[in-house]
Formats: sequence, C-alpha cells, structure tokens
Amino acid sequence: MVELPGVDPMWSTYLDVPSTAAVDPDGTVNRWHYLDNLPSLVGETRGTLLCVHGNPTWSYLWRTLLAAGARQGWRVVAVDQLEMGLSERSGRKRRLADRIRDLEDFTGALRLRGPLVTVGHDWGGVVSLGFADRNREDLAAVVLTNTAIHQDPNAPIPAPLRLALNGAVHRLGTSTTPAFLETTLALARPRLSPEVRAAYREPYRTASRRRGIEQFVADIPVGPAHPSHAELTRIAGNIRTLDVPVLMLWGPEDPIFSDTYLNDLTRRLPQADVHRFEGAGHLVAEDRDIAAPIFDWLGDRESISGAKVPACASAGSFTPLWQQIRDRGTGDSASTPAVADMGTDGEVARLLSWRELDHRVSRLAAGLHRIGVRSGSRVSLMVPPGVELTVLIYACLRLGAVIVLADAGLGAKGLSRAVRGTVPDFLVGIERALVAARVFGWPGTRISAGPVPASRARLLGVTHHLSDLSGGSSAYQGADPSPDSDAAILFTSGSTGPAKGVVYTHRQLSAMRDTLAVTLGLTPGSALVAGFAPFALLGPALGASSVTPAMDVTAPGTLTARALSDAAAAIEATTVFASPAALRNVLATAADITPRGGQALRRIKILLSAGAPIPSSLLEELQALVPSASLHTPYGMTEALPVTDIDREGIRKAAALPVPGTGNGVCVGSAVPAAEICISALDSSGAASGTPTTKPGVTGEILVRAPHVKDRYFRLWLTERESSRTAGWHRTGDVGHLDRDGRLWVEGRLAHVITSASGVLTPVGPEQAIEKLDAVRQAAMVGVGPAGTQAAVAVVVPADGGKASGLAPTGLADSVRQALSMGGLSPAAVLTLPALPTDVRHNAKIDRAAVAKWAADVLEGRGRKAP
Amino acid sequence: MKVLVTGASGMLGGAVASRLVRDGHTVRTFQRRPSGVPGAVDVAGDLGDRAGLLRVVSGMEGVIHLAAKVSFTGNPADFRRINVDGTADLLDAARAAGVERFVQVSSPSVAHTGDSLVGAAAEPANPQRVHGAYAQTKAQSEILALAADGRDLAVAAVRPHIVWGPGDAQLVERVLSRARVGRLPLLSGGTALVDTTYVDNAATAIVAALARMEYVHGQALVVTNGEPRPIGELLARICAAGGVPEPQRSVPGWLGRFAGSAVETFWRGTHADGEPPMTRFLAEQLSTAHWFDQRRTRELLDWTPSIPLDDGFARLAAHYGGRA
Repeated sequence: MVELPGVDPMWSTYLDVPSTAAVDPDGTVNRWHYLDNLPSLVGETRGTLLCVHGNPTWSYLWRTLLAAGARQGWRVVAVDQLEMGLSERSGRKRRLADRIRDLEDFTGALRLRGPLVTVGHDWGGVVSLGFADRNREDLAAVVLTNTAIHQDPNAPIPAPLRLALNGAVHRLGTSTTPAFLETTLALARPRLSPEVRAAYREPYRTASRRRGIEQFVADIPVGPAHPSHAELTRIAGNIRTLDVPVLMLWGPEDPIFSDTYLNDLTRRLPQADVHRFEGAGHLVAEDRDIAAPIFDWLGDRESISGAKVPACASAGSFTPLWQQIRDRGTGDSASTPAVADMGTDGEVARLLSWRELDHRVSRLAAGLHRIGVRSGSRVSLMVPPGVELTVLIYACLRLGAVIVLADAGLGAKGLSRAVRGTVPDFLVGIERALVAARVFGWPGTRISAGPVPASRARLLGVTHHLSDLSGGSSAYQGADPSPDSDAAILFTSGSTGPAKGVVYTHRQLSAMRDTLAVTLGLTPGSALVAGFAPFALLGPALGASSVTPAMDVTAPGTLTARALSDAAAAIEATTVFASPAALRNVLATAADITPRGGQALRRIKILLSAGAPIPSSLLEELQALVPSASLHTPYGMTEALPVTDIDREGIRKAAALPVPGTGNGVCVGSAVPAAEICISALDSSGAASGTPTTKPGVTGEILVRAPHVKDRYFRLWLTERESSRTAGWHRTGDVGHLDRDGRLWVEGRLAHVITSASGVLTPVGPEQAIEKLDAVRQAAMVGVGPAGTQAAVAVVVPADGGKASGLAPTGLADSVRQALSMGGLSPAAVLTLPALPTDVRHNAKIDRAAVAKWAADVLEGRGRKAP
Repeated sequence: MKVLVTGASGMLGGAVASRLVRDGHTVRTFQRRPSGVPGAVDVAGDLGDRAGLLRVVSGMEGVIHLAAKVSFTGNPADFRRINVDGTADLLDAARAAGVERFVQVSSPSVAHTGDSLVGAAAEPANPQRVHGAYAQTKAQSEILALAADGRDLAVAAVRPHIVWGPGDAQLVERVLSRARVGRLPLLSGGTALVDTTYVDNAATAIVAALARMEYVHGQALVVTNGEPRPIGELLARICAAGGVPEPQRSVPGWLGRFAGSAVETFWRGTHADGEPPMTRFLAEQLSTAHWFDQRRTRELLDWTPSIPLDDGFARLAAHYGGRA
C-alpha cells in the first residue's frame, strides 16, 4: 500500500473471506482490505467499532477514528466494501442484501464479537444498519453520519443524485470518468489537502477500478420496482425496534442527505443523540473532528446508565400554560380584553376578549388537528407577534405540537438555517415568510396566515389557510399533552455563532411563566404592553391582558414613544416589556406623546427592559417618562429566562453600599425565586474548571439551576454535553461573580475572556472604566495573541464621532491608560474605530470576537478594514 | 563571584557591569575603550587576540559575553571574525581557565526571518534562515555557545529584544534625530505591536541568568519588558521624552507596501556617514509585530522587570531634560 497521510501502515490488512452472498457462486472467496488499529492497542479493549464507508469513499474515511480509538482503548475496524477501495473486484453486481451478507461474512471470518458499535456513512450507513438489525446480540451502539434509510415516495429524489442516476450520465459520470468521485471530494468544507485527495483517489485510478462506484449508484433503490427496494424497506421498518444507544453526527450542508433524511432517521430511532455541525457538509468526517465526540459519547454510555440527571425535581405542581385562557374565558371576566393589536393610527386594530381567545384557540386546535397536526408535530410559526401569533401558539401548545420560533431579526440566511435544521412538519407564515419558504425550499406543509389569492397560493405551495382552519365550530377535545413532552424550540440570537435551537417542555415553559409572575408580582387581571417577544407570549398564560404596539418587530428600534403610549392607553396597561433598543427609540421620540398617552405612561407600575444590557443613563431618562414605574432589568438568556432581576433602586444601592465582591462588571441583581446561581472559577488558560461555588468575588462561568431552564439544545449533542457537564446545572457561557449579598455581577462572555501572562481578565469592568471618560462613547476590551500570554487591547469609539480607525491619538490613549490603571490594568494598545460591531438581534451586544480579530490584524502590522 | 564582562563600554554592557558591582561581585571588563563603570577593573583588548583572551579570563568564575559587531551593514568577514570566531575563542579560553558559568548575550533576531511574531516563544537559532550578516553571525555564535554547555562549563543564552535607555545611540538617538527634522517614517500607520526592553531590565535579566545557571543552562531565553506597545506609540513617547514633535501617523500606502527597501532607500539617501542607519532588517522590526511570550523566561530566571515602560520613559525624559 502507498503511504497515506493519517494512516499507520500497520493498520492496513487483507483477509480472504469465503462468501455466502447470493450474488457469488458457491465456493467463492473474496479478498477484503480493511484498516484495523489492533496493532496500536495496548491493554484491555473496551469494544470494537465496525466502520462502513459509502460511495465513492473507502476505509480511509475513518482514519481519525482509528487513531483516536487506539489512544482510548477502542478497536476500530474499517472495511473496504467489496468492489470498493482496495478490496476485491469480483465484477458482480452486488445488491444491498449481498452487501449486508458480505459484512457478516467478513466479521465472521475475522471472529469479531461484541460489544460492537456500527459506524456508517452515506450508503454505508444503510449497510451498517442492515447489519446492526440482524446482529443485535453483539450490538452495543449505532453511530451514523450523513446517510438515509428511507426515500419518501412523494418527495423528489435530490437533484444531484437524479443526475447521477440518469442513464446517459450514469456510466460516464461514475466509472468512465472520475466525475462522481471528484464531485464528492469537492464537497469537503474546507477543501481537502492535495495529499488527502490523492489518498481518496488511490484505489480508483482506472475505469475498471471504478466499476464498483457505478454499480453502487445503480443499486440505489429509487422506486418500488428496484431489486433492493424491499430490503431497504425491511431495514427501515426493523430499526424502529433497535434498543441500543444511537449517535448521529451530521453535516447539514449536504446536497443529498439533507436534514429531511436526518429527521426521518430520528423518528425511527427516537433515542438518538444528534449533533448537527453547522457549516459542515456531506464528508462530515473530513469537515469536523468526529472522533473525539464519538469516543466521548461512548465513554458517557459506559459510565452513566441511561437517564440524564433532571435539572430540577420534575414532579411538583403543574398548571398548563393555557389554564388562564380556559378559566378567564368561561369566568366573570370573559368579556374583558385578552389580546389586542394596535394600528398605526393609534387605535386598537384588533381585539379578542378572553371568551373569544378561548374559543379561537380551541377552534384552531381542532382545525390544525384536522389537517394532521399531532402531539409532537413541529410547527414553525413565522407570524409577527400579536393576536394571530398568540392564538396560534396556544392552539399548538394545547395540541401538544412543538412550536418553533425563530426571530425574523436573524436575517434571511440565519432564519433559513434555523428553519431547515428543525425540519418543521408545518409552517405557518405571513406571505413574506411563505415566499422565503418557497425560495429557500423550507420543509413543511405550508399554511398561510393571511389571505392569499388562489393563484399565488399555488405558486407558494400553500395548501391551507389559517382562516379556514379556525373557522370550524367544534372545539378541540383531545387529551392534554404530558407536562414533560416538548413544547417549544426557541432560537437564540446567534450573537455568538449560528443561532441554536433551545427545547422547552410544557413544564419548563409553565415554570417560566410562574417565575415571571412571582418576580414581577404580575397577577391575573394585570395589563401589559408586549414589546419583547419571549415574555410577551406569556401574557395570556399569566392571565394578563396584552397589547402589541404598532412597530416593525424585526427592528426593535422602530418602537416609537407614540406607539408605546397609545398601546398603554388602549388597555390601561400597568406593565411594559421592551428591549433596550426599543426604549432608546422611545426616548428619542418622546416629544410626540399625546396628553392621553403621557397619562397612560404615568400609570405604568413596572417597566421591564430585557434582551441586552441597558446603560444606567438610559434608565434615568426613562424614569422621567414613566415616573411611577419600577424599572426592572432582569438578566437571562434564551436557555433560562429570567435568571436574576434588579430594579433601578437596587442598582443604585449596589453601587452606593459596597460589600465584598462589589464592582468589576454589571450588577444584574439576585437570583429570581426558584433559581440558583453558582460560579465555576476560571483557570489561567481561561477555562471554567473550578468546582461550583457561591463564594463572593470568585470570577468564573455563571451556572444556573431553575425549573424554567431549558430541557436541551436541539440536535446539538456536543453543545448540550458542554452546557450540562455540571449535572443539574446550565452553564451559561457568561462570566461573572457573586457579591457578599448574593448579587450577580456579569463580566462578559467566557469566549471573550483575556488570558494575559499576569492572569485572566474579563472585559466588562475595564470597558465600564473607559466609558466613564467623556471622550469615549463606547469601548471593547479584547485580547490578541496566544492564549495564556495575550496582550490586552482597548478599542474605543471616540465621542467626537471621529471616523479614523487605527492607533488612538496620544491624548486619548493617555486618558484610557489612566482610566485603566486604577484597576491595575495596562493595555498593550489603545485603538479607535468609528463604531463597534454588534449582534443583529438586539443591536446592543458588542461582537468582541470580531473586534479582536480586527485588532489582531492591525497590531500585527497588517492594515484591515474596520469590522 | 568573579565575573568578566565583555563589551562593557556599550550601554547594555555598562549596565550589566554596574549591576554586578552593585550586587557585590568582583568585576573585570574587556573591550577596546574604557567602560566608565565605577568599581570595575577595565582590561583593554580585542576579541581577535587569543592570548589576551586567555589572560583576561584567568581567575574568573563567570563570563558575560556582550562584545559583538552590532551594525546594519558591513563586511561579512568582519562580522564572522568578531561575532563567531571571537565567541569561539572566548569559550575556549573560558574552558581552559576553569570558568564555571558563561552567559552569551544574543538577540531574538537569531531565530526569525521578518515574519510577524505574536506572543512568540524562543525558537532555536537558525543561521540559514535569518537575514543579514549580524543576525547570521549572532545565530552561529549562539549555537556555538549553547553547544559548549557541559559539565564543567555551564552556558546559557539571553536574547534581549530592542534594548533602549538614556544615552542609547542605536534606537533613541536615531529616532530623535530623524524626528527633529520631521522625517520619521511610520509604516502601516505605526500599529505593529513591538516588545522592547528598558536597559536596566535587560541587565538584571542577564545577571539573573548567571545566578540561575542551574535552571537555564543549555537554553536560550528571550527577554523583554513584557509590555508590547504599538510602534507608533513607542516612537511618540520617545519623541515626547526627547522634547521633539511626535512623528506623523499616516504614511502613503506605497511606502507600507515596499516597507523594507523603501525605507532603506529613504534613510540611505539622507545620511552622509556611509552606513544607512536603517535597513530592511530594522524596517521589518518596525512594521510587523514583534512580541514574545515571557512566561518561561520569568519563571526560569525568577525575575521580573523592575522598571516598567512608563518609568523608563520618565527616566528618558529626565535624561534629556537634564541635558537641555
């Protein structure tokens, strides 16, 4: 064998295997090539991984598993299927059933016994599943990477495959020329190195060597008439009873094995742990390190016996989210306002009483059920906040369907990624969303939220209209969903990488409602202006009348003072939920408030600003607008809302009366009722490795435990494992410390910690010190250079609106250094930018990673455009 | 300890000798001109004189070797004779005289080629890859010195990066003289992050290497203040200390692109003494990042710089203020 990068030559082995496959004449012996890390193993073997490649790769695909397995005591055997790789070319057309029998012949000849873990990719996934199904006594676990077991007869075959199967193209593309091979290799992201490409080409240098590729493509069971169709269907059905752990590692950017196939597999193997590597593609084993997660996962399976530690006692009282709608809809206040939308004219555009809301929810639930929405169905809701969305949400929850909510603020690309990744069964959208669904090919039965003409409905693939579905006369009578079943997938803002889906159960959402009610003292009958989505949706669950102000929800900065005050006046609101960006614009447009609106604002008792940090100067200005309101600035994240709460008075007290632990960060208050906070201290490399503690002044990752913390991330097994590695706690990825009185001070993101030679630095404290300077509007502290010896750099936006980016003028640099020296910090450089990059959703969180990248380039002596 | 310091008439050599005297050591110096270090015994001589070397190391327990041909241009043979042959002969003499400790004062330029260095570790010296006769011969001499490390004679190399201080003719005086006539170029906007070493800190680090020989022998350690700064800020602060206007920030893009050669030409054309004061080598130093990971150095030497950059600039200002 030629030398192959990443492969120990000792692993390459040949074995003569007597065949029992139907395709081979009696007495046939086939020569197999396989990679086996047995020679590299020392000590006891924990088990064996049997790796099956697809078409047109070969055992080389699994080299990282062989290396990592050898280090961790796992034997890894990666075969070259017959006609493929360096195995024998018999010249016979092998069908799926032959290939499964081949694998059994091979493992028999090698005397491979359990515990066995099958690992498959592409059509090797099918072969490995067929083998797993028939050899259950030895089977310990199943690992799958981009593959498929079932083709929906009503869905089109992926275009690239249709092309390869086309009679005229087929032979030319697969064996006569290496086009199929080269196309597959080109799917790697990032590109494969020339050495690795050469290794993949090695067994397929000539047309005759490539005949197996052609025949493999020809064996894809495209329809019921195909000879392998029955076998595929049998396996697809049988695996539903596989009771071993399953891990699926997926590259979503795969033109063939898209999320649709992943989704099908998870329905058949619901126990599967799934991780989608955002940005990776078909050759996920090349695109990402899959070896480490596989062995971590296998290790976890060995050490813990099944059940995950519940985040909190899952028993206890539980009131369904729709209870208040039901109670109030049939009670004394049935005719009072429940939900309302404001029009741009300052008047109420749409209003439902509690009775109407109750009716609409149960009618729509019945209508949705009629068209096939069931408990566990995923329904993507792409409807702006307001009456319609409220009815939809509660109808879905009532049915036990799982709502998928992604913020339109993610932008077309981010939204598309989120929707495709969740593979909704149904998609309810306004026309704009339906157009996007059509353009980007989002999956799911399409339901139009608004009126759409018939011709347009056909064009957009709309099969149902919301108005038809809620028009029925019968109420939904089905059983309530179980409290511990999935209720919602909410997407994060994506300010720290691709947006992540966060799964909540009914019990957890109800706990979020209860926490909010206790924290803010919201009782049934209160009235709120809903300008901040996640909390606003809980209005009806709280028994509170809620009104949505007239604004473009994709841009919080479009909420005007007039719109806010009109909405408050319309329902005599006592509470306002909004984001800092919205409140900033409210202040900017305060002059337009009408006398009636001004009066309504003076009645506000609670104003809650959530979603991003808010500067205290802004709070002061706001107080003038809502003089009787207590201003709350809770801290939380999509995974846990809220974690802490504090009001303006509390912030003032925290600053005025220092206790041990005061300072170096933003004070976000104490844990909300039912929530606990602890800190996992940072080590010198910036990793949060400390044993969780509540000791004041210890800086580390913030951990939270509460009944309203998320259940898990959606199809992000690795991310979930990291976030819940302290059993029972959610690791937030934020850093901070507690003070003596139990208040939390947030110091920034874990990923933004600066690891200098003299110790670990967190960004928020120094940024606050710099921002006290009159000459500075905004600041970001970042680290450049290798971890452990990073140089701290202050990047500031000058208050004078200067457009220069680069070295700060000496005077400004001196004042910044002066401001930081009080905290004992001496930055390596002070740079200026005209503006700092921020997240798309709240336009408030500084993207320090982008700032750091820019600063690193500039300080290396390379000019670079501002981020 | 009885210690010989070669090259003590220079700024750093003088600082090392002074530090040793202050610490109570018996200090002998060796160079062509008087060292001017009170309390040290000067022996005049040349590295090319083997017999002289043998005489001057006799009775010494430690040697700190700073003498070298430091220049941006010149005849390669001269560099070889002084930096390579001179070091080899001094090592031989030290071994013959029973010297126990030998500190070779080297330069970070022995290991890199002009690429940017960001939090870099001390890589092995590489004469084949570095630019210019100075760096090449210093790389060769460092290899010779570290190869001589053995049971009887322990050898370590210390590489201070851009040493400066009051009376420094290499960097400070040149910067000030250019700035005085308003022609100090700054490449790429002067943002490259550069480590420097205030002279007293370089001296204490070198003395620490002698004392901590059991931990550092056979190794090369980069020494800096551990406070990298953008070159533009450094030059501005040198100018401020010297009482001259700070340099222009913006430089035409073409000048940045042709960094080394453009500056070389620029400087050559304006100096009459025949030696361009700044060549591609220095241009590289001033236009790309050059800063180092100091953790290992500080741990092995059990040393930290006692003069922070800001104190160094204050001393520089006092120096020039005193003279004015």
